[in-house]
Amino acid sequence: MTLIKESDYGTPRSISDQMVTLEIDGTEVSVPAGTSIMRAAVDVGTQVPKLCATDSLEPFGSCRMCLVEIEGRRGTPASCTTPVEPGMKVHTNSPKIAKLRRNVMELYISDHPLDCLTCPANGDCELQDMAGAVGLREVRYGYEGENHLHEEKDESNPYFTFDPSKCIVCSRCVRACEETQGTFALTVKGRGFASKISPGDMLFMDSECVSCGSCVQACPTATLTEKSVIEMGQPEHSVLTTCAYCGVGCTFKAEMQGNEVVRMMPYKDGKANHGHSCVKGRFAWGYATHKDRILNPMIRKKITDPWQEVSWEEAIAYTASEFKRLQTEYGPDAIGGITSSRCTNEETFLVQKLVRAAFGNNNVDTCARVCHSPTGYGLKTTFGTSAGTNDFDSVEDADVMVVIGSNPTDAHPVFASQMKRRLRAGAKLIVIDPRKIDLVKLPHVEADYFLPLRPGTNVAVINAIAHVVITEGLTDEAYVRERCDMEAFQRWAAFIAEERNSPEAVEAVTGVPAADLRGAARLYATGGNGAIYYGLGVTEHSQGSTMVMGMANLAMATGNVGRRGTGVNPMRGQNNVQGSCDMGSFPHEFSGYRHVTDDSVRAIFEEAWNVGLQGEPGLRIPNMFDAALDGYFKGLYIQGEDIVQSDPNTKHVTSGLGAMECIVVQDLFLNETASYAHVFLPGSTFLEKDGTFTNAERRMGRVRKVMPPKNGYGDWEITQLISNAMGYEMNYSHPSEIMDEIAKLTPTFAGVTYEKLDRLGSMQWPVNDNAPEGTPTMHENGFVRGKGMFMVTEYVGTEERTNDRFPLLLTTGRILTQYNVGAQTRRTANSQWHDEDVLEIHPWDAENRGIEDGDLVSLTSRAGEVSLPARISERMQPGVVYTTFHHPETGANVITTEFADWATDCPEYKVTAVQVNRAYTPSDWQKRYEILREQTTQIGDVAEIAGGGA
Amino acid sequence: MDEHNMLHKANEISKFFASYPHEEAVAGIQNHLRMYWVPRMRRQIIDYVENGGTELHPLGVEAVKRLDAPVIRS
Repeated sequence: MTLIKESDYGTPRSISDQMVTLEIDGTEVSVPAGTSIMRAAVDVGTQVPKLCATDSLEPFGSCRMCLVEIEGRRGTPASCTTPVEPGMKVHTNSPKIAKLRRNVMELYISDHPLDCLTCPANGDCELQDMAGAVGLREVRYGYEGENHLHEEKDESNPYFTFDPSKCIVCSRCVRACEETQGTFALTVKGRGFASKISPGDMLFMDSECVSCGSCVQACPTATLTEKSVIEMGQPEHSVLTTCAYCGVGCTFKAEMQGNEVVRMMPYKDGKANHGHSCVKGRFAWGYATHKDRILNPMIRKKITDPWQEVSWEEAIAYTASEFKRLQTEYGPDAIGGITSSRCTNEETFLVQKLVRAAFGNNNVDTCARVCHSPTGYGLKTTFGTSAGTNDFDSVEDADVMVVIGSNPTDAHPVFASQMKRRLRAGAKLIVIDPRKIDLVKLPHVEADYFLPLRPGTNVAVINAIAHVVITEGLTDEAYVRERCDMEAFQRWAAFIAEERNSPEAVEAVTGVPAADLRGAARLYATGGNGAIYYGLGVTEHSQGSTMVMGMANLAMATGNVGRRGTGVNPMRGQNNVQGSCDMGSFPHEFSGYRHVTDDSVRAIFEEAWNVGLQGEPGLRIPNMFDAALDGYFKGLYIQGEDIVQSDPNTKHVTSGLGAMECIVVQDLFLNETASYAHVFLPGSTFLEKDGTFTNAERRMGRVRKVMPPKNGYGDWEITQLISNAMGYEMNYSHPSEIMDEIAKLTPTFAGVTYEKLDRLGSMQWPVNDNAPEGTPTMHENGFVRGKGMFMVTEYVGTEERTNDRFPLLLTTGRILTQYNVGAQTRRTANSQWHDEDVLEIHPWDAENRGIEDGDLVSLTSRAGEVSLPARISERMQPGVVYTTFHHPETGANVITTEFADWATDCPEYKVTAVQVNRAYTPSDWQKRYEILREQTTQIGDVAEIAGGGA
Repeated sequence: MDEHNMLHKANEISKFFASYPHEEAVAGIQNHLRMYWVPRMRRQIIDYVENGGTELHPLGVEAVKRLDAPVIRS
């Protein structure tokens, strides 16, 4: 293995059908019009020296290193900012140019520390490389004059340092922050010799910087350097893999020294991220070696007993024996399993196979139950496929973006940067959200319409938008006639045209001014390509599935499905939500979304798996708890999920778990669910195994093992051990064999192989004979289901209502630096940005309650009560409060209720009636939690703990 | 399952399909219960209707009456 070094062409690729032919150093070359001379030179094998240019940024022309001569022209223009012209004759080197470059380099080095041997960039320094390239042999100016060599370092960021003494003010960092990330946190302060890079006259940690790492990546010197590189030195090899955080699915180079990660670098050819990253993927991987990690299997009879470390053989045998006992005593349906969106496709496929084939029932569900299950239901019903329609790059052709119930800058930051680039280039933006999310107003980005609806009224809003489209004649009739079921359309159109669905009629319920809503509807319908991006603010409602169908109706009515720049695009929360759903993790479906009641489908799996399969749907996660409390569900295998922290109505979850007799948790850490477990099987991180993740755009990317599993096994191997111990044989020797089985059994994955994934980098399903290299845009030549199906989407208000006792509405969500239940990110320096969950509350609501910023407040619903600090914020609308669920001691889900989507049981996290008051102590639940946590996480031999861990 | 919870779920399903013509609505509810509810849950709601339960949406009652008796494994 070697270190992957991507070629740097100096300036971005130009896209043009027109080719320009010129001559560079006597060699003829043809390149697309608009290409820089610098980039064209690379095509003839010449690297023109450069410092301020890099192909991820627009050319800047400041460093004066890339000068060239052009026949017939005076002077020495910069090759990065000079586009090619037909017939041009360019000379990239001459005695005159060489002298100029050396002189410029001499000036740079006269104000640069000569500590190359001890510099952290040694081995990866473009300044050093260029000094060598131009043949610098002396610095005639000395070092005694005015200089920047004693500028103070800024080490406030936990992941990188800023050492201005090494800065050459090339502005690559500033431009990366602007062009790549879109945050505009950096600037060049001062002029001339006094110029310096600044995050706004403050420390990086106190600035607007979001720690995405793009400035560090762009820096050609050691000015911005990862602290891990400073500590460890340069990596010696790298392995391409896929990030294990959000649904963007960025491709990274894991840059290594032996089995140790030095840094994670975003890969330029990654098709989801194009070389960009966020603070989680780029920096927050230290949890993999955190001391809290459990590396040995453990068992206990009762949850109040201390854990006892045992061998793998004993743990697996105990698990199998308990599960068999439960099935013997309580029936074949008494046990089940939960798959994880944090695990690979191969691992989730194997867990559902374990449940269906070895357990002999369909009691398997996945965490998508509590996030995007309505997406699957809604899009399958209307379009025929349980997945988003377009790829991320499609946004570059979007003219109008509609962002509904999604907060991309926090939850999907790399795609948010791509959205911001398109918005800065002129696309229009409509934001529909109860909160004023960042995207509403950012540097050089401002929503054309912000519709701050009341939580729980999504369907009323989408119906009203559709009402404007229908009643104002904005329907794309030709599209509908050609592609959609006309009878269903006419029925829907008649419903939607009713006056009760007008913006004016629903304004009192939704809180959205009718004029704004009409304006937004007209913009979406007539503004060109309209693309809808939505998140859990759509799905996590009692009408989540109805809302997904409502958006699909609107997109079909305006002809906005089936081509680039359009579509209905779910922003999946976790890295493999799409994949875990695709792999048959739902209790009613096999892989590829085929129902278990379908005899012909079942027969395919029965033949392949050599076992009879159940033809009845199994239990969904919330129903598992109900069934446990009813006494007929007794055992659960949970791979990589923390349902106690993430699922709603904690009391119901823990009561259900408490009623079970054998809970097996497979995870990296003793998570909250492990407090109720009887067997703990240590899991592996994404760095320790092979497999694939499928991101929000249906893109399958390879996960590659960069180090041996510290726990001894990949998660897929552990599932296989359980299956074999249960008596159902599995003999996979590598995850590629599992993928081969998936491909054989699942038509949409028929053409997927590891060999092809390795060759192409990634692929978007369907991958089959019709699309051997994948499908970036779905429904291009018609809907998968045949004709697009309009569904009648009556607005039915949630039964979760405010009243005198609970006058406010709580909505929950996530923030940039923490991920889901926080099990990973809380064990990294990301907690320096967010070390506790807080309650955001509007100043008016706070003042009414005598609450000041930072006060401890009680948050009470009919389900429970917790205490947490208040943050007064005008991002909230009056009457609505907001918190995150990243920290278990907060107990955000103690507050949320059992109300859920009518079709899928996806919880209504986004609407809970609450009261907020000043508090002075933790709530009773929080006090009990601390005691229980202490009791249930004891490990038998304390001495071993101190010596254990990673 | 807690009866109140079961009825809440069944009524929410019924409310969605209530927008459709009667026969389509009843068939839609019946199909939804058959495709997504485990046999025990179907048994429970059939028992509720057979015992004269009155808090289920009328369309839900019709749909439940059309459900086949589920087989519950023990």
